[in-house]
Amino acid sequence: MFDLFREMLSYPFMQRALLVGILVSLCAALLGVSLVLKRYSMIGDGLSHVGFGALAISTALGWAPLAVTIPVVVLAAFLLLRMSESSKIKGDAAIALISSSALAIGVITVSWSSGMNTDVNNYMFGSILAMSREDVILSVILSILVLILFVVFYTRIFAITFDETFAKATGVKAELYNMLLAFLTAITIVLGMRMMGALLISSLLIFPALTAMRVCRTFRSVIFCAAALSIICFLIGMALSFVVSSPAGATVVVVNLIAFLLFSLIGRRKA
Amino acid sequence: MALLTCNDVSFAYEGTPVLTDVTFSVSSGDYLCIIGENGSGKSTLVKGLLHLKAPSGGTITTGDGLKHNEIGYLPQQTAAQKDFPASVYEVVLSGRQNRLHFPPFYTREDKKDALQKMELLDLLPLKKRCYRDLSGGQQQRVLLARALCATRKLLLLDEPVTGLDPVMTEEMYQLISRINREQKVTVLMVSHDLKNILPCATHILHLDQKQLFFGTTEEYRSSEVGKEFLGGIRHV
Repeated sequence: MFDLFREMLSYPFMQRALLVGILVSLCAALLGVSLVLKRYSMIGDGLSHVGFGALAISTALGWAPLAVTIPVVVLAAFLLLRMSESSKIKGDAAIALISSSALAIGVITVSWSSGMNTDVNNYMFGSILAMSREDVILSVILSILVLILFVVFYTRIFAITFDETFAKATGVKAELYNMLLAFLTAITIVLGMRMMGALLISSLLIFPALTAMRVCRTFRSVIFCAAALSIICFLIGMALSFVVSSPAGATVVVVNLIAFLLFSLIGRRKA
Repeated sequence: MALLTCNDVSFAYEGTPVLTDVTFSVSSGDYLCIIGENGSGKSTLVKGLLHLKAPSGGTITTGDGLKHNEIGYLPQQTAAQKDFPASVYEVVLSGRQNRLHFPPFYTREDKKDALQKMELLDLLPLKKRCYRDLSGGQQQRVLLARALCATRKLLLLDEPVTGLDPVMTEEMYQLISRINREQKVTVLMVSHDLKNILPCATHILHLDQKQLFFGTTEEYRSSEVGKEFLGGIRHV
């Protein structure tokens, strides 16, 4: 096991992928708990598709991918949040509309600029070769920012997740913290999507939270458990994909699925 | 001086008035019961008192050193809360949110207060239990403890006994009366369970899209509105 990781770490692209992957897995797991409990899971999925569209266009035009994609996805996150809070438009339908539109525009852009080949495949399902040195630095800074903001506002996030009405009544600016949550989620998705792929990144948000909730009974323990699970599943997934040369993102998702099934069994035993 | 005063308050949704001419005040130690049929504007008034909805006319003022975010609110339960992984302690502690500044971390004082409120409501043995594993009555007690953490003066309870069986309902009412008497906490309760409430309440506010009655419980018993409403109940 130890030798395996040492061998993996001898490749610079693997070092980058592991570093960014661990940080993004951690952010995704923490935010995911709140998203799942607030019934916002679909927002993660919608955002990753918007990210795909933005990434495709920025690559085609030769712009810096992260610098363009992050603001676009943050904007989309605020928009989706407004929609799911407004009673006039059905939130889930709006998300489906936006995400498939962004996906379609992205696919057309990619096929015009480079032909439908490996690029689309990489965007959709991720590639561990995608990260450049500059991307890694930006990713590390941003994911640490996400972690710090989450820890600082942990009690507020608990309050708006558990009972938004009560939080508002006691003077907590719930809209502000919902925006914060959407903002952090948007950043996390963009950072993770090139490695995990646009179609798979939302699983990184949802799976650890759901898995942890099978067994854990308090909010704090769910958070810690989800964080640990997310990192462990990511590392196991990367090692597996390295050994059997399977796509990294998909392997991580499958490992998460196995963990979920295992925890479901344990949870049912306990109950 | 009154804790909370509503002066000719009205509410509207998209221009359509749903509640008009509400004028009443609550003083320290009162136990005011807000009654009315479904759709009479009770929930709208609650939202207004909590500053979740702005009135379309009139003023709501707080006095006696009560800030508008210091109302201890016991909401009707939502479906999402019922499967939420949170310990009793975490839920009760979150009632102290309105005391936090930046960074919003709980201090030792916050934790002590949460434990005190839990002791008051016999929740200490359940401290580490998961909120979703509790019975309906226990869950309401947890939310009541949280509401008490948010206030020293005024509790606002929105149909606190919905979904509870008769025994738990009786316990809940006794608990609320005890808090009202012993902790000197003013109580505002929305309910349509008038039969059980009348012996506890000191004041009644009867709404039906406008204010039908406000006064003491004794006055209500002898008023036209009260006689009609209470008579109706007796016949059921």
